Amino acid sequence: MIIQALAFYVFAAVTVASATMVIVARNPVYSVLYLILAFFNAAALFLLMGAEFLAMILVVVYVGAVAVLFLFVVMMLDINVAQLREGFTRYLPVGGLIGLVLLVELVFLFGVWIVAPDAGAVLAAKTPSPEAVNNTRALGQLIYTKYIYVFQGAGLVLLVAMIGAIVLTLRSRPGVRKQSVADQIDRKHEDVISIVKVPTRGGI
Amino acid sequence: MLEIGLTHYLVVAAMLFTLGIFGIFLNRKNVIVILMSVELMLLAVNINLVAFSVRLNDLVGQVFALVVLTVAAAEAAIGLAILVVYFRNRGTIAVEDINLMKG
Repeated sequence: MIIQALAFYVFAAVTVASATMVIVARNPVYSVLYLILAFFNAAALFLLMGAEFLAMILVVVYVGAVAVLFLFVVMMLDINVAQLREGFTRYLPVGGLIGLVLLVELVFLFGVWIVAPDAGAVLAAKTPSPEAVNNTRALGQLIYTKYIYVFQGAGLVLLVAMIGAIVLTLRSRPGVRKQSVADQIDRKHEDVISIVKVPTRGGI
Repeated sequence: MLEIGLTHYLVVAAMLFTLGIFGIFLNRKNVIVILMSVELMLLAVNINLVAFSVRLNDLVGQVFALVVLTVAAAEAAIGLAILVVYFRNRGTIAVEDINLMKG
């Protein structure tokens, strides 16, 4: 029990600290690296809660795809860091005030939290016991049966995002010499070679 | 204090969410950090969903967290693609320069 509590406090502290560093870091590259650290520790929190599959998905999707995408874009764009930092201290008081008010409200809300006594009766899908069915299998049994349309919709969202990203960033630059395979295959030798009878001493 | 329950996770999620909002205020000029702040807020939402799912013994919360994860990934991809196109056209990503559609 004490090890679990200790692990929770360590992971939670590192998550919050690295999230703080994400928003105050001077260089966007450091922000992305701290974001990766925050995601890793959030995945550890998920593991502590017993949601193993989501923890692994968080590492794969966020660290493996989203954070690398961020890193790629940050390094690709030639941005003036100092110019983007202007006004940082000017927005600090009002932003801090709003953040503080929101945080205090949320924490007060959790302080008086009461779960409805009959909440257990309205479950949509009861979690099977972890000894009988592990988390991944239980999630799969739910996603592929009862929530198949939600799952397919999620796939559709990803497809649209992929096509949208490609369409947005693809550009055809004029004046670039590129191989056109279709033109090459389409070429027939009658079109490009003509046999000319040349009379002797006549020339063409 | 040693018994880690729902409230502990909710407080962590609340702090992450607040940091996300704070980040949007603090980095009003940097679109990339604003996008990262949005990712932090979505992460906080996911922690909330999983915490309630575990507390109420209801697996649907984790299914919903999966969907939120998908939407967050799609949002990051599209947002960064728009950012790349915008930088290619204007040569800057400062937020106050994004005013082409202003009357």
